[in-house]
Amino acid sequence: MTEEIPRLELEGITKAYPGVIANNNVSMKIMPGEIHALLGENGAGKSTLVKFIYGVQKADSGTLKWEGEEMIIPNPNAARKLGVGMVFQHFSLFDAMTVEENIAIGISKELASGDLNQRIRDVSQQYGLPLDPDRYVHTLSVGEKQRIEVVRCLLQDPKLLIMDEPTSVLTPQEVDELFVTLRALSEEGVSILYISHKLQEIKDLCHFATIMRMGEVVDDCIPAEESPRSMAEMMMGANLVSPEKPGKTEPGAPHLVVRDLSLASSHQHGVDLKNVSLEVRKGEVLGIAGIAGNGQMELMQVLSGEKLIDDPSAVSIGNEAVGKSGPKIRRNAGMGFVPEERLGHGAVPEMSLWENAFLSGSKSMNLMDKGFINIKGSVDYALNIVSEFNVKTPGVQHTANSLSGGNLQKFIFGREILQCPGVIVALQPTWGVDAGSAAFIRQSLLDLAANGAAVLVISQDLEELFEVSDRLSVICEGELSPPRPAEEFTVEEIGLLMAGLSHDHQDEKVAHA
Amino acid sequence: MLRLELRGEMSRSMIYWSPFFAVILTFIAGMIMFTILGVDPLKAIITFFIEPLNSLDGIAELFVKATPLVLIAIGLSFGFQANVWNIGAEGQLTIGALAGGGVALLFFNVDSPLLMPGMLIAGVLGGMAWAAIPAFLKTKFGTNEILTSLMLTYVGLLVLSYLIHGPWKDPEGQNFPESRLFHDAAIIPIILEETRLHFGWIIALFGVAIAWVVMTRHMIGFQIRVIGMAPMAASFAGFKEKHIIWLTLMISGGAAGLAGTIEVSGPVGQIIPVISPGYGFTAIIVAFLGRLHPVGCLFAGLLMALTYLGGDNAQIEMNLPNAVTGVFQGMLLFFLLASDVLVRYRVRFGAAKKVTAGEGA
Repeated sequence: MTEEIPRLELEGITKAYPGVIANNNVSMKIMPGEIHALLGENGAGKSTLVKFIYGVQKADSGTLKWEGEEMIIPNPNAARKLGVGMVFQHFSLFDAMTVEENIAIGISKELASGDLNQRIRDVSQQYGLPLDPDRYVHTLSVGEKQRIEVVRCLLQDPKLLIMDEPTSVLTPQEVDELFVTLRALSEEGVSILYISHKLQEIKDLCHFATIMRMGEVVDDCIPAEESPRSMAEMMMGANLVSPEKPGKTEPGAPHLVVRDLSLASSHQHGVDLKNVSLEVRKGEVLGIAGIAGNGQMELMQVLSGEKLIDDPSAVSIGNEAVGKSGPKIRRNAGMGFVPEERLGHGAVPEMSLWENAFLSGSKSMNLMDKGFINIKGSVDYALNIVSEFNVKTPGVQHTANSLSGGNLQKFIFGREILQCPGVIVALQPTWGVDAGSAAFIRQSLLDLAANGAAVLVISQDLEELFEVSDRLSVICEGELSPPRPAEEFTVEEIGLLMAGLSHDHQDEKVAHA
Repeated sequence: MLRLELRGEMSRSMIYWSPFFAVILTFIAGMIMFTILGVDPLKAIITFFIEPLNSLDGIAELFVKATPLVLIAIGLSFGFQANVWNIGAEGQLTIGALAGGGVALLFFNVDSPLLMPGMLIAGVLGGMAWAAIPAFLKTKFGTNEILTSLMLTYVGLLVLSYLIHGPWKDPEGQNFPESRLFHDAAIIPIILEETRLHFGWIIALFGVAIAWVVMTRHMIGFQIRVIGMAPMAASFAGFKEKHIIWLTLMISGGAAGLAGTIEVSGPVGQIIPVISPGYGFTAIIVAFLGRLHPVGCLFAGLLMALTYLGGDNAQIEMNLPNAVTGVFQGMLLFFLLASDVLVRYRVRFGAAKKVTAGEGA
């Protein structure tokens, strides 16, 4: 053998949807054992390409060679039989079923039989992806749901593993552990197609990167020889403006205060909040780090008023105790919220942008007249959001679900920020958002704080938290660590706190062992 | 070969085309059915759908029949959009008719211009009261309103039966289970001489206009739509689900009760054992055929009213069983649901491109 046969070779893949060319003449090669990064902003055509490889979608033209043999993969089942495993960015899980049942229906019968439960436990242990096979999916957070997909794939011993943003829910230590696993898999000859926005990870992990923009391959590189910044610029085709902290200002008085908040979760497998206290001062950004499913969702619900507490003074804004008041009253008191789910929580997918602008701005933007919707006012408000927050959309009559993730997130942020909130609480502000939009959103959070608002960002993305936070705190199993200035933390330290292994805890565990 | 292909997004135009397909398919299936019954299909269709509208009287009658259907359907649409499934409009209609009719009997022979409005208000309140039971049970105990509202329909019919067999029976009625005939002040005014077309039709048209404004322009309609499309977004915005459950059941119950009162004080003029030939149930079909839109409900209500008239006419002219009406109504709903597939899928001719000999799914 003179030359190694690529595991997968694509040539001239083209796929058009009505109105857009999602993939235009895309060619790439993945060698056995290669960890190959696929880079591009949202809408660059990565998902379409990956769906084609996985047999979800057919291309209009172009060829696919698997281990040198030209073929067409008609459906995901065939892909799986070839040895292609895929971890999707959007999960295909049934809420009313357990983790084990969900994994069982996604794999072949032979694989699903026998001691599946135990194998799930083993694999999740081995790869640092804690997962209880008996829990129901609807009780899980986004992060935990993604773990199911990762574990499901690893159970199938794939030859080509496609991973779409796999690390967004892991602690730095877990990312390192996963990378150890991925590298080991790569040494065993498994090829990995790795899609991520985290350029540092790509630099650390991947052997080769293909960069896509607007449906075409625009560049490729060896990530180890590039900087994250240079890769980001290749992918955007423009210079990246990273968020800048405005000059340090002295934070003002505590504005959003949570005191001794304890709350038993309403879900059987939810996380109880234990004695949570926090203060966000005017003009500062407080970041809360943590792995998904450690009480972030519950904390967000309590802060937004979607979940009420018996003790009104447990949550207060300024001097107003709002623990027992619903979202409307809190908005009137000057709070703004950006929930984790864009579609269906932060915005109504089938409603137009102007109706979605009205959704949370009806009162504070004066868009209601004796109960009637001021349509002109709402449209103007939506247009204002679109222009000030650089939302790419053909018009505000278009529905929220027609926007890309990054654009919709900018719209939602714009909607909340333009209401001039004194407090803004954001959960996972840039999850699944392209780098350009993410930078824009982070910058607007910093600007908001600089203008005197109290900003609380709950996120799993440490890069993001370090970029925006003045002070940091970590949530783990419903407990909040005491906040400290962000620059005093090291990544390792945060990782330990996220894993629930602060120094004193570690001692305790050792003592119990 | 014919196959269905998933559309990228829901087809807006198909949402409105689908009812037309349903009507055409119903016609075709109806003609096949008539052929099998040994009846000239063309003649039957003409008897069923055209002849009833040959005269002014027929058209007036169409509006009379459409009045309760339209009123109830627009009420139900509010609930259906918010995923509140009030199936018991027939019961709310009955209790509304008893409440409105009860006022007429209570003030028998009282001539006051306030009597009619009083009856209508009583009718609305009666329907609301009956719908309040499922609303209370659902918000308090989480019961399923489909079951409770449906079962209460039969309770409502028994209440009607009790009253006209007992306390409200016409003392001069030779023991027939009927109330007294209402006096003139309790009869809804006729708006077209020499027909039965009454003021109720105007009320129904007002209802359409009000519902349209509320649904598209008012905060109430906005909340209902948000809660139906994205419950989490509704709680994010601070809309309370319980309020919406109460509100929509009150709207649909009130509308059904109003329709009931209009029936007894209009075409019927007394309380009889069968106030409605299933208007409360047929209105569910009307609501969906009308795409839960007030104007759609107006047209769908007219179409459904025509099936009632056509059924009567076919019975008289061609000796066809009255069940034909029910069959046509059922077919319409059936074909509508089938046509709605086209909202999410498109029909493609020919086999899928590039099917290979790979493993089947």
